[in-house]
Amino acid sequence: MTYGTLSLTLIFIFIPFLLSKSLKLSLEKDITIATVRSVIQLLAIGYVLHFIFGTDNYVYILLMILLMITVATLNARKKGVGIPGITWKIAITLLTVELVTQGVLLGLGIVPATAQYIIPISGMMIGNAMVLSVLFLNRFRAELEANENEIELILSLGGTPKQAVHRHLMSAIKASMIPTIEAQKTIGLVQLPGMMSGQIIGGADPIQAVQFQILIIFALLTCATLASVILGFLVYPTLFNERMQRIAVLRK
Amino acid sequence: MNLEPAIAIHDLCFTAKDRTILHNLNGVFYKGKITTLVGPSGAGKTTLLKICNGLLAPSSGDILIDRQPIEEYEPTSLRRKVGIALQSAPILRCSVHENLALPRTLQGKQLTEEEAAAVLENVQLDSSFLHREAEELSGGQKQRLSIARTLINQSDILLLDEITSALDPSSAKEIEELILKINRKYGVTIIWITHNLQQARRVSDFTWILQNGKLLASGNASILENSEIPAVQQFLNGGAQ
Ligand SMILES: Nc1ncnc2c1ncn2[C@@H]1O[C@H](COP(=O)(O)OP(=O)(O)OP(=O)(O)O)[C@@H](O)[C@H]1O
Ligand SMILES: [Mg+2]
Repeated sequence: MTYGTLSLTLIFIFIPFLLSKSLKLSLEKDITIATVRSVIQLLAIGYVLHFIFGTDNYVYILLMILLMITVATLNARKKGVGIPGITWKIAITLLTVELVTQGVLLGLGIVPATAQYIIPISGMMIGNAMVLSVLFLNRFRAELEANENEIELILSLGGTPKQAVHRHLMSAIKASMIPTIEAQKTIGLVQLPGMMSGQIIGGADPIQAVQFQILIIFALLTCATLASVILGFLVYPTLFNERMQRIAVLRK
Repeated sequence: MNLEPAIAIHDLCFTAKDRTILHNLNGVFYKGKITTLVGPSGAGKTTLLKICNGLLAPSSGDILIDRQPIEEYEPTSLRRKVGIALQSAPILRCSVHENLALPRTLQGKQLTEEEAAAVLENVQLDSSFLHREAEELSGGQKQRLSIARTLINQSDILLLDEITSALDPSSAKEIEELILKINRKYGVTIIWITHNLQQARRVSDFTWILQNGKLLASGNASILENSEIPAVQQFLNGGAQ
Protein backbone atom coordinates (compact mmCIF):
# COMPACT_ATOMS: atom_id res chain seq x y z
CA MET A 1 0.00 0.00 0.00
CA THR A 2 1.32 3.46 -0.89
CA TYR A 3 0.83 6.53 1.29
CA GLY A 4 -1.31 7.85 -1.56
CA THR A 5 -3.73 4.96 -1.29
CA LEU A 6 -3.61 5.16 2.51
CA SER A 7 -4.59 8.82 2.41
CA LEU A 8 -7.84 7.81 0.67
CA THR A 9 -8.86 6.24 3.98
CA LEU A 10 -9.16 9.74 5.42
CA ILE A 11 -12.71 9.41 4.07
CA PHE A 12 -13.31 7.33 7.18
CA ILE A 13 -12.41 10.38 9.25
CA PHE A 14 -14.53 12.80 7.25
CA ILE A 15 -17.72 10.77 7.66
CA PRO A 16 -17.79 10.97 11.47
CA PHE A 17 -16.44 14.52 11.30
CA LEU A 18 -19.27 15.72 9.06
CA LEU A 19 -21.90 13.79 11.00
CA SER A 20 -20.62 15.21 14.26
CA LYS A 21 -20.85 18.72 12.80
CA SER A 22 -24.33 18.36 11.32
CA LEU A 23 -25.75 16.60 14.41
CA LYS A 24 -23.93 19.04 16.72
CA LEU A 25 -22.26 16.22 18.65
CA SER A 26 -19.27 18.55 19.11
CA LEU A 27 -16.84 15.67 18.74
CA GLU A 28 -14.89 17.35 15.91
CA LYS A 29 -12.06 18.42 18.15
CA ASP A 30 -11.71 14.96 19.71
CA ILE A 31 -11.89 13.30 16.31
CA THR A 32 -9.15 15.56 14.98
CA ILE A 33 -6.93 14.96 18.00
CA ALA A 34 -7.53 11.22 17.85
CA THR A 35 -6.72 11.14 14.13
CA VAL A 36 -3.54 13.15 14.42
CA ARG A 37 -2.37 11.24 17.47
CA SER A 38 -3.01 7.82 16.01
CA VAL A 39 -1.20 8.68 12.78
CA ILE A 40 1.82 10.14 14.54
CA GLN A 41 2.00 7.42 17.21
CA LEU A 42 1.61 4.57 14.74
CA LEU A 43 4.09 5.98 12.24
CA ALA A 44 6.57 6.60 15.02
CA ILE A 45 6.19 3.07 16.37
CA GLY A 46 6.45 1.71 12.83
CA TYR A 47 9.80 3.37 12.34
CA VAL A 48 10.99 2.40 15.81
CA LEU A 49 10.04 -1.26 15.21
CA HIS A 50 11.64 -1.15 11.76
CA PHE A 51 14.83 0.02 13.41
CA ILE A 52 14.71 -2.50 16.26
CA PHE A 53 13.93 -5.45 13.99
CA GLY A 54 16.85 -4.34 11.87
CA THR A 55 19.35 -4.41 14.71
CA ASP A 56 17.73 -7.24 16.78
CA ASN A 57 19.63 -5.88 19.76
CA TYR A 58 18.17 -6.98 23.11
CA VAL A 59 18.89 -3.61 24.71
CA TYR A 60 16.42 -1.95 22.36
CA ILE A 61 13.82 -4.65 23.00
CA LEU A 62 14.22 -4.08 26.72
CA LEU A 63 13.94 -0.32 26.33
CA MET A 64 10.83 -0.75 24.24
CA ILE A 65 9.18 -2.94 26.90
CA LEU A 66 10.10 -0.49 29.65
CA LEU A 67 8.59 2.31 27.59
CA MET A 68 5.37 0.34 27.16
CA ILE A 69 5.17 -0.37 30.90
CA THR A 70 5.84 3.28 31.72
CA VAL A 71 3.18 4.62 29.39
CA ALA A 72 0.63 2.02 30.52
CA THR A 73 1.40 2.78 34.18
CA LEU A 74 0.98 6.52 33.74
CA ASN A 75 -2.30 5.89 32.00
CA ALA A 76 -3.77 3.44 34.52
CA ARG A 77 -2.71 5.31 37.66
CA LYS A 78 -5.24 8.06 36.97
CA LYS A 79 -7.92 5.64 38.19
CA GLY A 80 -6.09 5.15 41.46
CA VAL A 81 -5.56 8.74 42.57
CA GLY A 82 -5.24 8.89 46.32
CA ILE A 83 -3.86 5.38 46.76
CA PRO A 84 -0.38 5.68 48.28
CA GLY A 85 2.28 4.39 45.89
CA ILE A 86 -0.23 3.55 43.17
CA THR A 87 2.30 4.26 40.40
CA TRP A 88 4.68 1.62 41.73
CA LYS A 89 1.91 -0.81 42.46
CA ILE A 90 0.68 -0.67 38.87
CA ALA A 91 4.22 -0.78 37.49
CA ILE A 92 5.01 -3.89 39.55
CA THR A 93 1.77 -5.50 38.39
CA LEU A 94 2.48 -4.86 34.72
CA LEU A 95 6.09 -5.93 35.06
CA THR A 96 5.09 -9.20 36.72
CA VAL A 97 2.51 -9.94 34.04
CA GLU A 98 5.16 -9.29 31.36
CA LEU A 99 7.79 -11.42 33.10
CA VAL A 100 5.46 -14.36 33.68
CA THR A 101 3.96 -14.43 30.19
CA GLN A 102 7.25 -13.91 28.38
CA GLY A 103 8.94 -16.29 30.79
CA VAL A 104 6.60 -19.08 29.74
CA LEU A 105 6.58 -18.21 26.03
CA LEU A 106 10.32 -17.76 25.69
CA GLY A 107 11.43 -20.09 28.46
CA LEU A 108 9.61 -23.06 26.94
CA GLY A 109 10.58 -21.98 23.44
CA ILE A 110 6.95 -21.54 22.40
CA VAL A 111 7.85 -18.48 20.37
CA PRO A 112 11.29 -17.51 19.02
CA ALA A 113 13.18 -14.97 21.12
CA THR A 114 13.23 -12.26 18.50
CA ALA A 115 11.95 -8.69 18.56
CA GLN A 116 9.34 -9.59 15.96
CA TYR A 117 7.58 -11.82 18.52
CA ILE A 118 8.58 -10.33 21.84
CA ILE A 119 7.47 -6.78 21.17
CA PRO A 120 3.95 -7.31 19.77
CA ILE A 121 3.11 -9.97 22.35
CA SER A 122 4.45 -7.77 25.16
CA GLY A 123 2.34 -4.94 23.84
CA MET A 124 -0.78 -7.08 23.98
CA MET A 125 -0.02 -8.36 27.48
CA ILE A 126 0.92 -5.00 28.94
CA GLY A 127 -1.99 -3.25 27.24
CA ASN A 128 -4.43 -5.84 28.47
CA ALA A 129 -3.01 -5.75 31.99
CA MET A 130 -3.41 -1.97 31.92
CA VAL A 131 -7.07 -2.25 30.96
CA LEU A 132 -7.56 -4.87 33.68
CA SER A 133 -5.94 -2.61 36.26
CA VAL A 134 -8.30 0.21 35.35
CA LEU A 135 -11.31 -2.12 35.45
CA PHE A 136 -10.21 -3.51 38.78
CA LEU A 137 -9.64 -0.11 40.39
CA ASN A 138 -13.03 1.19 39.22
CA ARG A 139 -14.78 -1.90 40.43
CA PHE A 140 -12.98 -2.03 43.77
CA ARG A 141 -13.83 1.61 44.43
CA ALA A 142 -17.52 0.91 43.72
CA GLU A 143 -17.51 -2.23 45.92
CA LEU A 144 -15.96 -0.33 48.81
CA GLU A 145 -18.35 2.59 48.50
CA ALA A 146 -21.33 0.26 48.57
CA ASN A 147 -20.03 -1.70 51.56
CA GLU A 148 -18.38 0.75 53.98
CA ASN A 149 -20.86 -0.20 56.71
CA GLU A 150 -20.07 -3.88 56.42
CA ILE A 151 -16.34 -3.22 56.48
CA GLU A 152 -16.79 -1.11 59.60
CA LEU A 153 -18.92 -3.83 61.21
CA ILE A 154 -16.28 -6.51 60.69
CA LEU A 155 -13.52 -4.27 62.03
CA SER A 156 -15.69 -3.30 65.02
CA LEU A 157 -16.19 -6.97 65.95
CA GLY A 158 -12.46 -7.61 65.97
CA GLY A 159 -11.90 -8.63 62.35
CA THR A 160 -8.71 -7.76 60.51
CA PRO A 161 -8.59 -5.43 57.49
CA LYS A 162 -8.09 -8.48 55.31
CA GLN A 163 -11.24 -10.11 56.66
CA ALA A 164 -13.12 -6.84 56.31
CA VAL A 165 -12.36 -6.37 52.61
CA HIS A 166 -11.92 -9.96 51.51
CA ARG A 167 -15.37 -10.42 49.97
CA HIS A 168 -15.27 -7.06 48.22
CA LEU A 169 -11.74 -7.59 46.97
CA MET A 170 -12.70 -10.95 45.52
CA SER A 171 -15.80 -9.65 43.79
CA ALA A 172 -13.83 -6.75 42.28
CA ILE A 173 -11.18 -9.19 41.03
CA LYS A 174 -13.83 -11.45 39.60
CA ALA A 175 -15.82 -8.64 37.99
CA SER A 176 -12.73 -7.20 36.32
CA MET A 177 -11.86 -10.60 34.79
CA ILE A 178 -15.30 -11.34 33.40
CA PRO A 179 -14.98 -9.27 30.18
CA THR A 180 -11.79 -11.16 29.25
CA ILE A 181 -13.44 -14.53 29.77
CA GLU A 182 -16.68 -13.53 28.04
CA ALA A 183 -14.80 -12.16 25.05
CA GLN A 184 -13.11 -15.53 24.61
CA LYS A 185 -16.40 -17.38 24.54
CA THR A 186 -17.49 -15.73 21.29
CA ILE A 187 -14.06 -15.21 19.81
CA GLY A 188 -13.94 -15.96 16.10
CA LEU A 189 -17.71 -16.27 15.75
CA VAL A 190 -18.44 -12.64 15.05
CA GLN A 191 -15.27 -10.75 14.87
CA LEU A 192 -11.86 -12.06 13.99
CA PRO A 193 -9.33 -10.96 16.57
CA GLY A 194 -7.20 -8.04 15.39
CA MET A 195 -3.92 -9.87 15.46
CA MET A 196 -5.26 -12.84 13.56
CA SER A 197 -6.90 -10.60 10.95
CA GLY A 198 -3.62 -8.76 10.56
CA GLN A 199 -1.70 -11.98 9.99
CA ILE A 200 -4.23 -13.28 7.49
CA ILE A 201 -4.24 -10.01 5.55
CA GLY A 202 -0.45 -10.07 5.69
CA GLY A 203 -0.60 -13.37 3.86
CA ALA A 204 -0.08 -15.87 6.67
CA ASP A 205 -1.73 -19.27 6.58
CA PRO A 206 -5.07 -18.99 8.50
CA ILE A 207 -4.27 -22.14 10.49
CA GLN A 208 -1.02 -20.68 11.67
CA ALA A 209 -2.77 -17.39 12.42
CA VAL A 210 -5.31 -19.28 14.51
CA GLN A 211 -2.58 -21.12 16.40
CA PHE A 212 -1.02 -17.83 17.35
CA GLN A 213 -4.35 -16.43 18.34
CA ILE A 214 -4.98 -19.38 20.64
CA LEU A 215 -1.60 -18.82 22.24
CA ILE A 216 -2.52 -15.17 22.77
CA ILE A 217 -5.96 -15.78 24.29
CA PHE A 218 -4.52 -18.33 26.69
CA ALA A 219 -1.81 -15.91 27.71
CA LEU A 220 -4.39 -13.15 28.09
CA LEU A 221 -6.23 -15.24 30.68
CA THR A 222 -3.11 -15.47 32.81
CA CYS A 223 -2.52 -11.82 32.16
CA ALA A 224 -6.02 -10.82 33.33
CA THR A 225 -5.91 -13.01 36.44
CA LEU A 226 -2.43 -11.93 37.47
CA ALA A 227 -3.11 -8.25 36.89
CA SER A 228 -6.23 -8.01 39.03
CA VAL A 229 -5.00 -10.36 41.75
CA ILE A 230 -1.58 -8.71 42.13
CA LEU A 231 -2.96 -5.19 42.03
CA GLY A 232 -5.75 -6.15 44.44
CA PHE A 233 -3.37 -7.55 47.02
CA LEU A 234 -1.02 -4.59 46.65
CA VAL A 235 -3.81 -2.02 47.01
CA TYR A 236 -6.06 -3.32 49.80
CA PRO A 237 -3.56 -2.89 52.68
CA THR A 238 -3.29 0.83 51.88
CA LEU A 239 -6.96 1.29 52.76
CA PHE A 240 -6.11 0.90 56.44
CA ASN A 241 -3.55 2.31 58.84
CA GLU A 242 -1.44 0.27 61.25
CA ARG A 243 -4.16 0.62 63.91
CA MET A 244 -6.48 -1.27 61.50
CA GLN A 245 -8.57 1.84 60.96
CA ARG A 246 -10.14 2.56 57.61
CA ILE A 247 -8.52 5.65 56.14
CA ALA A 248 -9.73 7.96 53.40
CA VAL A 249 -8.21 5.95 50.53
CA LEU A 250 -10.74 5.07 47.76
CA ARG A 251 -13.47 6.67 49.80
CA LYS A 252 -16.03 9.29 48.87
CA MET B 1 -18.69 3.40 96.85
CA ASN B 2 -15.44 2.42 95.23
CA LEU B 3 -15.45 3.63 91.64
CA GLU B 4 -12.82 2.42 89.22
CA PRO B 5 -12.44 3.93 85.75
CA ALA B 6 -13.10 1.55 82.87
CA ILE B 7 -12.43 4.27 80.31
CA ALA B 8 -10.73 7.54 81.17
CA ILE B 9 -10.69 10.35 78.64
CA HIS B 10 -8.26 13.27 78.74
CA ASP B 11 -8.46 16.32 76.48
CA LEU B 12 -9.92 14.30 73.65
CA CYS B 13 -10.34 16.09 70.32
CA PHE B 14 -11.50 14.64 67.04
CA THR B 15 -11.27 16.44 63.73
CA ALA B 16 -12.47 15.14 60.37
CA LYS B 17 -12.03 17.01 57.12
CA ASP B 18 -11.02 20.22 58.94
CA ARG B 19 -14.16 20.08 61.11
CA THR B 20 -13.78 19.67 64.84
CA ILE B 21 -16.33 17.08 65.89
CA LEU B 22 -15.22 16.53 69.50
CA HIS B 23 -13.76 19.40 71.52
CA ASN B 24 -11.56 18.71 74.49
CA LEU B 25 -13.59 16.03 76.21
CA ASN B 26 -12.60 15.01 79.72
CA GLY B 27 -14.27 12.40 81.87
CA VAL B 28 -14.50 8.85 83.11
CA PHE B 29 -16.80 5.92 82.36
CA TYR B 30 -16.91 3.87 85.55
CA LYS B 31 -16.33 0.18 85.71
CA GLY B 32 -19.42 -1.95 86.11
CA LYS B 33 -21.71 1.04 85.70
CA ILE B 34 -24.16 2.11 83.04
CA THR B 35 -23.42 5.54 81.60
CA THR B 36 -25.82 6.97 79.06
CA LEU B 37 -24.78 9.44 76.38
CA VAL B 38 -27.51 11.83 75.39
CA GLY B 39 -27.56 14.91 73.22
CA PRO B 40 -28.92 16.22 69.97
CA SER B 41 -28.26 14.61 66.63
CA GLY B 42 -24.78 15.43 65.39
CA ALA B 43 -23.43 16.00 68.90
CA GLY B 44 -20.62 13.51 68.36
CA LYS B 45 -21.95 10.61 70.42
CA THR B 46 -21.34 7.92 67.80
CA THR B 47 -17.93 9.38 67.05
CA LEU B 48 -16.97 9.10 70.73
CA LEU B 49 -17.99 5.42 70.87
CA LYS B 50 -16.13 4.61 67.66
CA ILE B 51 -12.99 6.13 69.17
CA CYS B 52 -13.41 3.98 72.31
CA ASN B 53 -13.79 0.84 70.16
CA GLY B 54 -10.70 1.81 68.17
CA LEU B 55 -12.49 2.33 64.84
CA LEU B 56 -11.40 5.97 64.81
CA ALA B 57 -8.21 7.50 66.15
CA PRO B 58 -8.45 10.64 68.27
CA SER B 59 -6.82 13.70 66.71
CA SER B 60 -5.35 14.57 70.11
CA GLY B 61 -5.77 13.63 73.74
CA ASP B 62 -5.54 10.35 75.61
CA ILE B 63 -7.83 7.46 76.29
CA LEU B 64 -7.08 4.88 78.95
CA ILE B 65 -8.91 1.56 78.93
CA ASP B 66 -8.43 -0.19 82.29
CA ARG B 67 -5.69 2.38 82.95
CA GLN B 68 -3.77 1.37 79.86
CA PRO B 69 -3.42 3.73 76.87
CA ILE B 70 -5.75 2.64 74.10
CA GLU B 71 -2.98 2.57 71.51
CA GLU B 72 -1.09 -0.06 73.52
CA TYR B 73 -3.81 -2.61 72.84
CA GLU B 74 -3.62 -4.79 69.78
CA PRO B 75 -6.52 -3.45 67.66
CA THR B 76 -8.50 -6.68 67.27
CA SER B 77 -8.30 -7.58 70.96
CA LEU B 78 -9.23 -4.00 71.91
CA ARG B 79 -12.33 -4.29 69.74
CA ARG B 80 -13.35 -7.54 71.40
CA LYS B 81 -12.71 -6.17 74.85
CA VAL B 82 -14.62 -2.96 74.11
CA GLY B 83 -17.51 -4.26 72.01
CA ILE B 84 -19.80 -1.98 70.05
CA ALA B 85 -23.32 -2.34 68.67
CA LEU B 86 -23.15 0.18 65.85
CA GLN B 87 -26.06 2.44 65.01
CA SER B 88 -25.69 1.60 61.32
CA ALA B 89 -24.69 -2.05 61.74
CA PRO B 90 -25.69 -3.91 58.60
CA ILE B 91 -27.16 -7.39 58.65
CA LEU B 92 -25.16 -9.60 56.31
CA ARG B 93 -26.91 -11.34 53.44
CA CYS B 94 -26.79 -14.83 54.94
CA SER B 95 -28.64 -16.80 57.60
CA VAL B 96 -29.36 -15.56 61.11
CA HIS B 97 -26.96 -18.18 62.46
CA GLU B 98 -24.14 -17.02 60.20
CA ASN B 99 -24.78 -13.41 61.21
CA LEU B 100 -24.64 -14.36 64.88
CA ALA B 101 -21.53 -16.44 64.40
CA LEU B 102 -19.63 -13.64 62.64
CA PRO B 103 -17.53 -12.59 65.67
CA ARG B 104 -16.50 -16.24 66.08
CA THR B 105 -15.92 -16.83 62.38
CA LEU B 106 -13.53 -13.89 62.39
CA GLN B 107 -11.46 -15.80 64.96
CA GLY B 108 -11.72 -19.04 63.03
CA LYS B 109 -14.10 -20.48 65.63
CA GLN B 110 -17.59 -21.96 65.54
CA LEU B 111 -20.81 -20.97 67.24
CA THR B 112 -22.84 -24.05 68.09
CA GLU B 113 -26.59 -24.23 67.48
CA GLU B 114 -27.19 -24.35 71.25
CA GLU B 115 -25.10 -21.27 71.94
CA ALA B 116 -26.76 -19.42 69.09
CA ALA B 117 -30.24 -20.39 70.26
CA ALA B 118 -29.43 -19.25 73.81
CA VAL B 119 -28.18 -15.86 72.61
CA LEU B 120 -31.23 -15.42 70.40
CA GLU B 121 -33.48 -16.18 73.32
CA ASN B 122 -31.77 -13.41 75.29
CA VAL B 123 -32.94 -10.90 72.70
CA GLN B 124 -36.42 -12.44 72.50
CA LEU B 125 -35.92 -14.07 69.13
CA ASP B 126 -37.17 -17.61 68.72
CA SER B 127 -34.54 -20.23 67.89
CA SER B 128 -36.62 -21.13 64.81
CA PHE B 129 -35.14 -17.96 63.29
CA LEU B 130 -31.65 -19.49 63.23
CA HIS B 131 -31.90 -20.87 59.72
CA ARG B 132 -33.92 -18.05 58.23
CA GLU B 133 -32.32 -15.55 55.90
CA ALA B 134 -31.44 -12.56 58.05
CA GLU B 135 -32.57 -10.22 55.27
CA GLU B 136 -36.15 -11.37 55.82
CA LEU B 137 -36.33 -10.18 59.43
CA SER B 138 -38.28 -7.08 60.37
CA GLY B 139 -36.45 -3.88 61.30
CA GLY B 140 -36.84 -4.52 65.02
CA GLN B 141 -35.79 -8.17 64.70
CA LYS B 142 -32.69 -7.10 62.80
CA GLN B 143 -31.84 -4.67 65.54
CA ARG B 144 -32.13 -7.45 68.12
CA LEU B 145 -29.98 -9.73 65.98
CA SER B 146 -27.39 -6.98 65.75
CA ILE B 147 -27.27 -6.63 69.57
CA ALA B 148 -27.03 -10.39 69.96
CA ARG B 149 -24.13 -10.49 67.51
CA THR B 150 -22.22 -7.91 69.52
CA LEU B 151 -22.86 -9.92 72.72
CA ILE B 152 -21.09 -12.98 71.25
CA ASN B 153 -17.69 -11.43 71.96
CA GLN B 154 -18.52 -11.21 75.71
CA SER B 155 -16.81 -7.86 75.99
CA ASP B 156 -15.77 -6.28 79.31
CA ILE B 157 -17.12 -2.97 78.07
CA LEU B 158 -20.18 -2.65 75.84
CA LEU B 159 -20.82 0.40 73.70
CA LEU B 160 -24.45 0.59 72.59
CA ASP B 161 -25.56 3.04 69.92
CA GLU B 162 -29.33 3.55 69.71
CA ILE B 163 -30.02 -0.16 70.08
CA THR B 164 -33.75 0.17 70.69
CA SER B 165 -34.65 2.90 68.19
CA ALA B 166 -36.54 0.48 65.92
CA LEU B 167 -38.39 -1.32 68.73
CA ASP B 168 -41.85 -0.84 70.17
CA PRO B 169 -41.89 0.27 73.84
CA SER B 170 -42.39 -3.20 75.28
CA SER B 171 -39.62 -4.79 73.17
CA ALA B 172 -37.39 -1.85 74.05
CA LYS B 173 -38.01 -2.53 77.74
CA GLU B 174 -37.13 -6.18 77.30
CA ILE B 175 -33.82 -5.20 75.72
CA GLU B 176 -33.27 -2.78 78.60
CA GLU B 177 -33.81 -5.66 81.01
CA LEU B 178 -31.31 -7.76 79.11
CA ILE B 179 -28.66 -5.04 79.22
CA LEU B 180 -29.31 -4.45 82.92
CA LYS B 181 -28.94 -8.19 83.50
CA ILE B 182 -25.65 -8.32 81.61
CA ASN B 183 -24.48 -5.35 83.64
CA ARG B 184 -25.52 -6.79 87.01
CA LYS B 185 -24.69 -10.43 86.42
CA TYR B 186 -21.35 -10.10 84.65
CA GLY B 187 -20.32 -6.63 85.80
CA VAL B 188 -20.03 -5.44 82.22
CA THR B 189 -19.46 -1.71 81.88
CA ILE B 190 -22.09 -0.16 79.62
CA ILE B 191 -21.93 3.07 77.65
CA TRP B 192 -25.26 3.62 76.03
CA ILE B 193 -26.34 6.23 73.50
CA THR B 194 -30.05 6.88 73.51
CA HIS B 195 -32.38 9.55 72.21
CA ASN B 196 -35.06 8.40 74.59
CA LEU B 197 -34.71 10.43 77.79
CA GLN B 198 -37.21 8.20 79.63
CA GLN B 199 -35.00 5.25 78.80
CA ALA B 200 -31.92 7.17 79.93
CA ARG B 201 -33.62 7.98 83.23
CA ARG B 202 -34.54 4.32 83.71
CA VAL B 203 -31.15 2.79 83.03
CA SER B 204 -28.49 5.37 83.92
CA ASP B 205 -26.09 5.14 86.80
CA PHE B 206 -24.36 8.10 85.20
CA THR B 207 -25.06 10.24 82.21
CA TRP B 208 -23.18 12.55 79.86
CA ILE B 209 -24.93 15.28 77.93
CA LEU B 210 -23.12 16.14 74.73
CA GLN B 211 -23.84 18.98 72.36
CA ASN B 212 -21.82 20.16 69.37
CA GLY B 213 -18.92 17.98 70.38
CA LYS B 214 -18.71 19.40 73.88
CA LEU B 215 -19.58 17.82 77.20
CA LEU B 216 -22.34 20.07 78.56
CA ALA B 217 -22.82 18.17 81.78
CA SER B 218 -22.09 14.83 83.36
CA GLY B 219 -23.08 13.22 86.62
CA ASN B 220 -25.59 10.80 88.00
CA ALA B 221 -29.00 10.34 86.45
CA SER B 222 -30.49 13.21 88.45
CA ILE B 223 -29.03 15.70 86.00
CA LEU B 224 -31.57 14.36 83.52
CA GLU B 225 -34.38 15.64 85.76
CA ASN B 226 -33.35 19.19 86.24
CA SER B 227 -30.36 21.34 85.58
CA GLU B 228 -29.15 24.78 86.41
CA ILE B 229 -27.23 24.97 83.16
CA PRO B 230 -29.52 26.75 80.67
CA ALA B 231 -28.29 24.76 77.65
CA VAL B 232 -28.95 21.47 79.45
CA GLN B 233 -32.37 22.62 80.63
CA GLN B 234 -33.17 23.62 77.06
CA PHE B 235 -32.09 20.20 75.76
CA LEU B 236 -34.08 18.37 78.44
CA ASN B 237 -37.21 20.39 77.65
CA GLY B 238 -36.82 20.22 73.92
CA GLY B 239 -35.76 16.59 73.82
CA ALA B 240 -38.27 15.17 76.32
CA GLN B 241 -40.47 12.50 74.81
N1 LIG C 1 -16.37 10.53 58.65
C1 LIG C 1 -16.85 11.76 58.90
N2 LIG C 1 -16.37 12.80 58.21
C2 LIG C 1 -16.83 14.04 58.46
N3 LIG C 1 -17.75 14.33 59.35
C3 LIG C 1 -18.26 13.33 60.08
C4 LIG C 1 -17.85 11.99 59.90
N4 LIG C 1 -18.54 11.21 60.75
C5 LIG C 1 -19.35 12.04 61.43
N5 LIG C 1 -19.19 13.30 61.03
C6 LIG C 1 -19.87 14.48 61.58
O1 LIG C 1 -19.58 14.53 62.94
C7 LIG C 1 -20.68 15.02 63.67
C8 LIG C 1 -21.00 14.08 64.79
O2 LIG C 1 -21.48 12.86 64.22
P1 LIG C 1 -21.96 11.66 65.13
O3 LIG C 1 -22.41 10.59 64.23
O4 LIG C 1 -20.91 11.35 66.13
O5 LIG C 1 -23.21 12.32 65.86
P2 LIG C 1 -24.27 11.65 66.84
O6 LIG C 1 -24.23 12.44 68.11
O7 LIG C 1 -24.03 10.20 66.94
O8 LIG C 1 -25.62 11.95 66.07
P3 LIG C 1 -26.94 11.03 65.94
O9 LIG C 1 -27.67 11.19 67.24
O10 LIG C 1 -27.68 11.65 64.81
O11 LIG C 1 -26.51 9.64 65.67
C9 LIG C 1 -21.80 15.21 62.67
O12 LIG C 1 -21.90 16.57 62.37
C10 LIG C 1 -21.36 14.42 61.46
O13 LIG C 1 -21.81 15.05 60.29
MG1 LIG D 1 -25.02 8.57 66.27
